[in-house]
Amino acid sequence: MGEVRVEHLVKTYGPARALDDVSLTFPDGGFFGLLGPSGSGKTTLLRAIAGFVAPDTGRVIIGGDPVENVPVEKREIGMVFQNYALFPNMTVAENVGFGLEVRKVSGADRARRVAEALELVQLGHLGERKPHQLSGGQRQRVAMARAIVTQPRVLLLDEPLSALDKALRVDMQIELKRIQREIGITTIFVTHDQEEALTLSDQIGILKDGRLVRHGPPRAVYDDPQDAFTARFLGEANLFNGTPEAGGLRLADGALIAGCTGSTAAVRPENIEVSLQEPDRPNKLQAHLVQQVFGGAMGTCILDWQGESLKVIGRDQDLQGLPEQGPVWLSWDSSKTIALNG
Amino acid sequence: MSNRLLAHLGKAYLGLILFFLYAPILVMAAMSFNASEFYQLPFSFSTEWYERLWKNDEILEAAWRSVWIAVVVTVIATSLGTAASIALFRYEFPGKTVLQLLLFPPIAIPWLITGTAMLIFFFGIGLDRGTPAVIIGHVALALPYVIVVVTARLATFDRTLEEAARSLGASAWKVTMAVTVPWILPGIIAGGLFAFAVSFDQFVVSYFLSEPGDSTLPVLIYTSIRKGFTPEINAVSTIIIAVSMGIMLLAARYSNFGGEQ
Repeated sequence: MGEVRVEHLVKTYGPARALDDVSLTFPDGGFFGLLGPSGSGKTTLLRAIAGFVAPDTGRVIIGGDPVENVPVEKREIGMVFQNYALFPNMTVAENVGFGLEVRKVSGADRARRVAEALELVQLGHLGERKPHQLSGGQRQRVAMARAIVTQPRVLLLDEPLSALDKALRVDMQIELKRIQREIGITTIFVTHDQEEALTLSDQIGILKDGRLVRHGPPRAVYDDPQDAFTARFLGEANLFNGTPEAGGLRLADGALIAGCTGSTAAVRPENIEVSLQEPDRPNKLQAHLVQQVFGGAMGTCILDWQGESLKVIGRDQDLQGLPEQGPVWLSWDSSKTIALNG
Repeated sequence: MSNRLLAHLGKAYLGLILFFLYAPILVMAAMSFNASEFYQLPFSFSTEWYERLWKNDEILEAAWRSVWIAVVVTVIATSLGTAASIALFRYEFPGKTVLQLLLFPPIAIPWLITGTAMLIFFFGIGLDRGTPAVIIGHVALALPYVIVVVTARLATFDRTLEEAARSLGASAWKVTMAVTVPWILPGIIAGGLFAFAVSFDQFVVSYFLSEPGDSTLPVLIYTSIRKGFTPEINAVSTIIIAVSMGIMLLAARYSNFGGEQ
């Protein structure tokens, strides 16, 4: 167990900077989600912590020990791969026991720990199966059991749920979180699925072009993304550009977003209200309703404002009074305005 | 032309190919069981030539030598070839592409030329004709086959399996033996069978590099034919063909042309 820290990590592939001076602390026992579009460097960062990627400069510290010169097999990590990478020639129990066998753990002790690990992932009865006889979700669990049975100092997950279908993915998210809490292991996982990151993580880090853009608890980052990229990448956001004034942000159509200090304001789609009558609120503007999309309990409105596309998500019952198309008012509570820099 | 006619032509063509490939072999195999020394018909079944073969020390000795040389060649060529394939698969190093390309021409170079070159080279470095020279020559011939077959199998190997094993604490050696080798085992077996066949059936290089009196079976057959053809040769040839075909069928089954077993 222990805290993981990276300091000023740089990794270049030719002219491309996969990691550009990344420094980050992954707290002991925490569940840290690394999030970013493809090519953002999140996987490179994970692989640098694992030891598969040697950084050009910078340090990797696991549980207080610098490990830049320690090979993968001596770093005491547990890793779950995107495709699970279960050994096809071994049974489930042999897969899980592999790390113990390598560590020369004796037969009886090994069998007990393998059984415990399989119990933890609720696969106690499948030890004799071969990987190809398992479902996707079961393989995922075996991969987890195999990664944690050696009691590594850190658990690294590389897009662990991306190969599962959506329903199973949600189940496995809950399961993953339960297992992680139960053993209290420092966990770092990489995902491009922002919803997954928000659900699982105590803390998230957002990468873009090899740089760490923003990190913190998911709610804090979601509520205060600080820049347009983060606002749009984590959740959805309607962006309004304008001219800052004493009272707020003056938009091109003359509307004023009160109290906004930045040059751009972002509003989450779920925080905007759509109405036919002009509302009695400070933050309001007129837009054209282009399309309504029915989605069960929630509905989505696509709107046009000054040639830009906006999105509002609301409860279906609130949206039912609106026409298919036509002019409407948008408004929101001042506390829901997110001021962005640049 | 109608499709049916094309299909019939295709079948006829295939039939002709098989006929020309196997008819001589079948005739020879049949004659090895014919009592007549001069291939006279009508055919009368006899195992006389096989019995004589069994008492012919010269042939038995050559056969035994052929077998053990082939086994030694198989072990050496398969080990070296597998190690080379894994190294080529796993590591990037300067000149890797050139090295990989250089592995293929020896398969295409006529054995007569390779054999001549080896004879000159071995003479130059002071390695006399004899069994060690034959083994080295055979290994050199068999190595590219092993590498080609094992590399084909490795192409289906998922690298993350090696990464997973390393992340679990396995040394490079342990990763290779526990994860990589089991996956490529069908390729290794197929490559080994190829190596055995290349050595066991080898005439030209053996002829150039072996000492008189130390002949392998193909060399002995050749020198016997020069003295006069006997049905004993048919008998021994039939055995060789049976063994070689068996080995190749096994190799085809194991290599499965790179597919899943």
